[in-house]
Amino acid sequence: MLLRHTTDKVAERSALTINPAKTCQPVGAMYAALGINKCLPHSHGSQGCCAYHRSSLTRHFKDPIMATTSSFTEGASVFGGQANILEAITNIFALYDPEIIAVHTTCLSETIGDDLNQIIKKAYQEGKIPKGKKVFYASTPSFKGSHVTGYSNMTTGMVQYFSENTGKPLKQINLIPSFIEPSDMAEIKRMTSEMGVKFVMFPDTSGVVNSPMDGKFHMYPKGGTTIEQIKSAGDSSFTLALGRVGAMSAAKLLDTKCKVPCEILDLPIGVRGTDNFLDNLRKVAGVHVPDSLMMERGQLVDVMTDMSQYTYNKTAALVGDPDILVSTAEFLVDLGIKILYVVSGTPAGPKFERRIKEIAGEDVKVKTGANADMFYFHQLIKGNKPDLIFGNTYAKYIARDEDIPLIRIGFPIYDRVGHQYMPIMGYKGGLRLLEKILSAVMDRQDRDAPEERYELVM
Amino acid sequence: MTKKVDFNSIKPEEVKEELLSKYPVKVARKRAKQIVINKVDNGDVVPEVLANTRTVPGILTMRGCAYAGCKGVVLGPTRDILQITHGPIGCAFYSWLTRRNQTRPKTDDAPNFMPYTMSTDLQEDEVIFGGEKKLKKAIEEAVGLFHPKAIGIFSTCPVGLIGDDVHAVAREMEEKFPDVNIFGFSCEGYKGVSQSAGHHIANNKVFTDVVGLSDKPKEGKFRFNILGEYNIGGDAFEIERVAEKCGLTIHSTFSGNSEYDEFISAHTADLNVVMCHRSINYLAEMMEKKFGIPWFKVNFIGAESSAKSLRKIAEYFGDKELMANVEKVIAEEMIEVEKVRLDVKSRCEGKTAMLFVGGSRAHHYQDLFREIGMQTLSAGYEFAHRDDYEGRKVIPEIVIDADTRNIEELTVEKDDNRFSPRKSESEIEAYSKKGFKWSDYDGMMPEMQNNTLVIDDLNHYETEVLIEKYRPDIFCAGIKEKYVVQKQGIPLKQLHSYDYSGPYAGFKGAINFYKEIDRILNTNVFKLVKAPWQETPELSGSYAWTK
Repeated sequence: MLLRHTTDKVAERSALTINPAKTCQPVGAMYAALGINKCLPHSHGSQGCCAYHRSSLTRHFKDPIMATTSSFTEGASVFGGQANILEAITNIFALYDPEIIAVHTTCLSETIGDDLNQIIKKAYQEGKIPKGKKVFYASTPSFKGSHVTGYSNMTTGMVQYFSENTGKPLKQINLIPSFIEPSDMAEIKRMTSEMGVKFVMFPDTSGVVNSPMDGKFHMYPKGGTTIEQIKSAGDSSFTLALGRVGAMSAAKLLDTKCKVPCEILDLPIGVRGTDNFLDNLRKVAGVHVPDSLMMERGQLVDVMTDMSQYTYNKTAALVGDPDILVSTAEFLVDLGIKILYVVSGTPAGPKFERRIKEIAGEDVKVKTGANADMFYFHQLIKGNKPDLIFGNTYAKYIARDEDIPLIRIGFPIYDRVGHQYMPIMGYKGGLRLLEKILSAVMDRQDRDAPEERYELVM
Repeated sequence: MTKKVDFNSIKPEEVKEELLSKYPVKVARKRAKQIVINKVDNGDVVPEVLANTRTVPGILTMRGCAYAGCKGVVLGPTRDILQITHGPIGCAFYSWLTRRNQTRPKTDDAPNFMPYTMSTDLQEDEVIFGGEKKLKKAIEEAVGLFHPKAIGIFSTCPVGLIGDDVHAVAREMEEKFPDVNIFGFSCEGYKGVSQSAGHHIANNKVFTDVVGLSDKPKEGKFRFNILGEYNIGGDAFEIERVAEKCGLTIHSTFSGNSEYDEFISAHTADLNVVMCHRSINYLAEMMEKKFGIPWFKVNFIGAESSAKSLRKIAEYFGDKELMANVEKVIAEEMIEVEKVRLDVKSRCEGKTAMLFVGGSRAHHYQDLFREIGMQTLSAGYEFAHRDDYEGRKVIPEIVIDADTRNIEELTVEKDDNRFSPRKSESEIEAYSKKGFKWSDYDGMMPEMQNNTLVIDDLNHYETEVLIEKYRPDIFCAGIKEKYVVQKQGIPLKQLHSYDYSGPYAGFKGAINFYKEIDRILNTNVFKLVKAPWQETPELSGSYAWTK
């Protein structure tokens, strides 16, 4: 057994986290910053943080992830990191020439209390930032929240620094996605374009972290939201935040700062998630849902009805990031799959628990935040085995020990490809997710069926 | 895209100049000392290279931190020392199974904590009011759940700053749980200038708190320890296989596929051989001083190097039968090695490589490339010191800077009861006369050709320039560099994680590596980068022409 020390006996724990179902803020901030056009993320801390975050994102996306670090030494940790970041800014503009540097903090710089607001001001005053170029930061202490919080804080920072209400309203909608794949961001953009709605999406990592092979290395690939676009978000007529935990904070700030009203939606996973997104988009933009999207919706529902016998009354356990869990759970319930457990290390609060219970019924066991880890998740599974596990790559150890198929969703996925390029969101993405679920269930049936009941047509 | 460059026509002085041209003055001055054109005089005299020095802030570096070197590299591969990362969640998360240290517990019930990562997941309140209480509670919970023989506590950045004393906590909890050996590592990420500081911190603690606790030797003849072999991709398994076949007994490996019990009695072995000099030479030195165990450098990367290393170990033990057996094993193993090597060489001869990785691999892997006729154009380490480049002979000249001074250097004395020289002085001398090099490492540069570029702590910008200038056939580095290089149409072989294959050590490992390089250099996928209409954009018809 891989996880040979895990038993079904759940003992109370308050201090030891074992196999976390979350990671720290800065990696989420780095990812969000990559969703700005020609932006170089900068990690203000020890160089190990930056190395770990780049490695993690690179393994997940299998694409270059460029980011710099303040490379703290013991001296900087005692006396503060101002000299390090000022030197870094000079070197970054000299060598890598980004349009913008998005700085995020780490537990180290937060603990010593570096005042980045003042330091960046100083960099501007001393002329270290070339004319027209920009530096901004988000506070992302690793000892609060999770990678989703870090993503949210960096996205909120974009609004805080750049969005502006110029008094000239624009007929466009803001779309703020939670921590999701570039493929899903692209799919949300495609659907919005199909609806004929003008929009600004930020952050937008599509094209940045799933860039094509063309024989050249592009430090700043074509994708990403431009600063002009983020600025114009302050003049938009409405904001749709997709995912409460990862996207709400930026949307709310746009509301208070720029008076752009907002609606907080779940991510568009499955039929109802996507319905809800398009319905809201339709209403706020005053448009109709086109036949092309109705066609896609119909196809998804068609396959769901065709194959219902394979999903109905199956059971599932879910681990990962709250926004993805909520919408995935809703899709699974629509497929007739009963959800037993939902675990997230991200402290998503009682609202999350209520939403999951609303979707999956009162019997579902939900745990988030402190000690809501994969060790506990595994213990629950040992107590009552589900038919399917939904989670990131680390869940494969549980899946193998318990001989349960794993559907990979969320972050990180280190051991498979596809998530970078093919969405699970929207109706089309729903088909892909459904295909994954069906293949898992049916492969299992094929593997386990007695010879006389081995089916040709299924 | 795939244009070939005649590297013999390239002037390294000009490349160096170009590498430095874009830097601000201060940075250029520093990098100039870290970029060296190799020149070997009298067999082993090479130019000085500036190493183990701070990375300039803002430079896109390959380097990581002391925590990664301590927890990730040195202690991570040990399966039954339960490891608790004290700090916010990230560090434990990123060091969770990502280094591919394989392990094989001896029975189905034997402890194996490697698929688990554990953390105190420090929150804001604890950063403000102190995290010692939570750490103690975490240790209690870990003992209750896992019943380990030993627990290591690994400090992350904020721990040092808020003043948590992990060593005091370790002592206190050891009193509470006398059957568990509990020890802490002050391996905060900001210590030193790279992973290297963490190696040293790990070596120190393993030496003071683990090695020497049990005087019970392992059974078997010709017992030795392998230091600095971490069983990535199963390398240690292959070395174990070959050693066993030869009749040698590996007492312990620090730390691939290892167990706590092997560590505590490691001082009873009769020899230490060192694979990765950078990460573990401290332990070899300290064990020699305290227990009288001699050490020498070996290299099991490359078939020839493996054979040479085995012969050296056999010669050390001086047993005729052993030596004969080793020759027999080498002869047997080399049959398949030669078959594959010659076949692969026929397709790879004359191709070129660059290696920028780690603290020993950039050196060791040059042997494998040489065996299939490939030439190394440029190489460098990510976190090594001058001795790894120029040889240990330069150690007395190395200037100790503030960053290094912050890492404790233990004063080690002879253990009066247990010190026993494994060879008499006259024996040692006789061996030396035969060309045996004790406690030594010649470094990478003496084995590299003149006019090759040796670059310490290579960064992203320099990588781009090197690739543009030389267009090597293959580039070796790590995951962060992988896709940056490959987008330029040049394959990158990861030499930290082996791209999820291996083993590459020993004889079977050499065969794996030859075949892997053969695949990389001869696959068609890189030839598909350009679409046909990009190669020949001319149009010939206008059937579907519309306005």
